[in-house]
Amino acid sequence: MSENIKKFLYVNRKAPYGTIYAQEALEVVLIGAAFDQDVSLAFLDDGVFQLTKGQDTKEAGLKNFSPTFRALGDYEVTKLYVEQESLDERGLTLDDLQDIQYEDEDDDYEEKPSIIVVSRAAMADVMADQDVVLSF
Amino acid sequence: MSTLHTVNKSPFQTQTLISCLGHAKAGDSVLMIEDGVYGAMSGSAMSEVVAGMGANVKLFVLGADVSARGIDAGRVAEGVTSVNYEEFVGMAASCDRVQNWL
Repeated sequence: MSENIKKFLYVNRKAPYGTIYAQEALEVVLIGAAFDQDVSLAFLDDGVFQLTKGQDTKEAGLKNFSPTFRALGDYEVTKLYVEQESLDERGLTLDDLQDIQYEDEDDDYEEKPSIIVVSRAAMADVMADQDVVLSF
Repeated sequence: MSTLHTVNKSPFQTQTLISCLGHAKAGDSVLMIEDGVYGAMSGSAMSEVVAGMGANVKLFVLGADVSARGIDAGRVAEGVTSVNYEEFVGMAASCDRVQNWL
């Protein structure tokens, strides 16, 4: 880790298809991943809806970008913080979300979960620990 | 170590201000701008919620956006400090990070 590495947090607070925010955030995350920074994603409020499994946009005529979340590990984006209270408020559990994993190159490429469910207070700590916060 | 949070949505339209206040740490600054300034008004259905949830943070409002919306300066709630653009820039420059709540 060079000392030029900064902690970047991408904050996702919007549902996936009603606005372009969610898709744009994902684009920016993928672009940003090329810069070898310490990247995390936060999902809170309606942002947790971005991670639901079984999204089928065929009939709606929209691009289903949800599979891209499972590719983030290949770009060394391995920390997806999801707020417990936001899940609870929407009647969701971890089981409703995609199983997103990454291969840990420091641990014999063992597959590990990327999603980290945190309380609202812990999410506030994550936010306060960043060098740069980008909101979508 | 502190964060400047900006909120640009009316609390009567979205949960953005509530979510911001729910995540801001004690001592952080929360600046209401654009339609966010409606969250700074006294005597509204949101006033008590904002005052309660914002008790541990410093609340600010961008005066230009208050004036633009025809809100009398006297309607800005007690405990909310009005700032101008120059002070906004100063706040952004002196904090550790800026988090925009959209």
